[in-house]
Amino acid sequence: MGETITEKILARAAGKRSVEAGEFIEAEVDLAMSHDNTFLVSKIFREIREKNMVWNPDRVVVVLDHRSPANSIKTAEMHKDIRGFVEIHHIKNFYDVGEGICHQVVSEKGFVYPGMLIVGTDSHTTTYGAFGAFATGIGATDMAMVWSTGRLWLKVPKTLRFNISGKPGRYVMARDIILHIISRVGVDGANYRSCEFYGDTIKGMSIDGRMCIANQAVEMGVKAAIIPPDKKTFDYLKSRVHGLFKSVYADDDAVYEKNFDFDISDLEPQVACPHKIDNVKPISRVVGLDVDQAVLGSCTNGRLEDIAIAAEILKGKTISKNVRMIVSPASRSVYLQCIEYGYIQILMKAGAVLVNPGCGPCLGIHQGVIASGERVVSSTSRNFRGRMGSPDAEIYLASPATVAASALRGKITDPREI
Amino acid sequence: MIIKGKAIKYGNDVNTDVILPGRYLHLTDPEEMVKHVLEDLDPDFLKKFHIGDVVVAGRNFGCGSSREQAVMCLKYAGVGCIVAKSFARIFYRNAINQGLPVVESPDAADIIDSGDELEIDINEGFIVDKTKNLRFSFHPIPGFIKKILEAGGLIPRLKKLGEE
Ligand code: SF4
Repeated sequence: MGETITEKILARAAGKRSVEAGEFIEAEVDLAMSHDNTFLVSKIFREIREKNMVWNPDRVVVVLDHRSPANSIKTAEMHKDIRGFVEIHHIKNFYDVGEGICHQVVSEKGFVYPGMLIVGTDSHTTTYGAFGAFATGIGATDMAMVWSTGRLWLKVPKTLRFNISGKPGRYVMARDIILHIISRVGVDGANYRSCEFYGDTIKGMSIDGRMCIANQAVEMGVKAAIIPPDKKTFDYLKSRVHGLFKSVYADDDAVYEKNFDFDISDLEPQVACPHKIDNVKPISRVVGLDVDQAVLGSCTNGRLEDIAIAAEILKGKTISKNVRMIVSPASRSVYLQCIEYGYIQILMKAGAVLVNPGCGPCLGIHQGVIASGERVVSSTSRNFRGRMGSPDAEIYLASPATVAASALRGKITDPREI
Repeated sequence: MIIKGKAIKYGNDVNTDVILPGRYLHLTDPEEMVKHVLEDLDPDFLKKFHIGDVVVAGRNFGCGSSREQAVMCLKYAGVGCIVAKSFARIFYRNAINQGLPVVESPDAADIIDSGDELEIDINEGFIVDKTKNLRFSFHPIPGFIKKILEAGGLIPRLKKLGEE
């Protein structure tokens, strides 16, 4: 019987010839990522292994991004503790405040390549599936176990296959495509499943777009979201990954629990309305709603392609005086490229507020917290109640193009009209 | 392992942001965390709640972020068990690792109402709604997970294994 990418990667990680969906395995982890919650992980880790060291410091990456730079004394103390911990444990893959959002940094620095089993203490760890890896989010206790033993028990998930075809229209971005898919599948429609993405739409998509797809797939409950690697993947990895890797592909007769087919040729920009990500409407049904804040950034949509499109829309223009537009490039490297291409200048002149690379307003703690009764249009990851500040605010999630167009007009706007 | 308590019921897709909002993630003191448990979903939760009470919910309980603090604050508050139609996967793992019993039972989650007196037998795999005089069974929890729950979480379990 043929196997999916998911089954092949998990079999290899478990040291078995093959695995079946539903089977419990103990797998060896190739990479363990954690961010500011390294503080909690290290606290639990010290409880298990008072004196011992992490199992393999080279396979551990720590990125400070969630409250970065520190927003309070409490956070500063946590960051300080983490810095001490990584030093004692010789974790040299440590990226301090300002380097960027963990998922972007880990990908850019060449830690990710096809066929890996990656765990991270963050639900959007699925992002690394854009490079053909099986990557999944875990909690702090699980991570403390991984640090101790390099291993983790997993249940082999069933695999869903998504076939996406059609050429997206003008200003229709990867975000619109995945929001549309989430609306059809539902926020728990792929719970405990792994999903694999195929089709000419995915093939034609940039790496930035693919990362957005794998990132948002978790909003359907998935354990992992995998895009098979191709020439684009290898081109991206060429200058970043040193050493050999073996790409993993599904067999022709692989068995999927279910197939989903989408043709996105006629898709219009999509907007996820409060307070659930599958509450998605085509933009024509929400245009005209006033917005108080527009946010461009996050591990979902803070990459070069995202900022480029916003700059294209806002070039030589001024955003509405009623809107605060906050822009946070996903990493130092993205930021530098944006400076090089003149995007930052364009956005600053248009009236946007540029904040440092990091999670920023996505987590609702600093750098653009929203007040009660306010409405925000945002390219960030989630629109849960209270996510970006007051629980009485409304969050509309949309593509960077829609966010930029909406900032310009002061109300939710179809970017194709600009 | 037998849990007795009153049901407090919520709907589908209770996410980790409403269980413990991001603005409280810097808290490490259990007492402080408990003050904000479920605050954005139900500001009156703590007024109705007694230690040992059972949170009953619909589908996809605990969806969203991987924050283990969402489980920790429910556990620190003294929630006896969570019964839901289904759980989001990271939350489910975190709950077991923290020693907070989680039970999937679509029927029970449908029929139980807030205020019902419940008795849950984790080992035998059933829930009794004493108010309604009904009994629901659920898939028994695998042995190794039961041991983690009995020990009070993964860390105590590991310590116990170390001593044995
Ligand atoms: S940008 Fe938002 S979704 Fe991404 S890792 Fe940071 S807080 Fe999480």
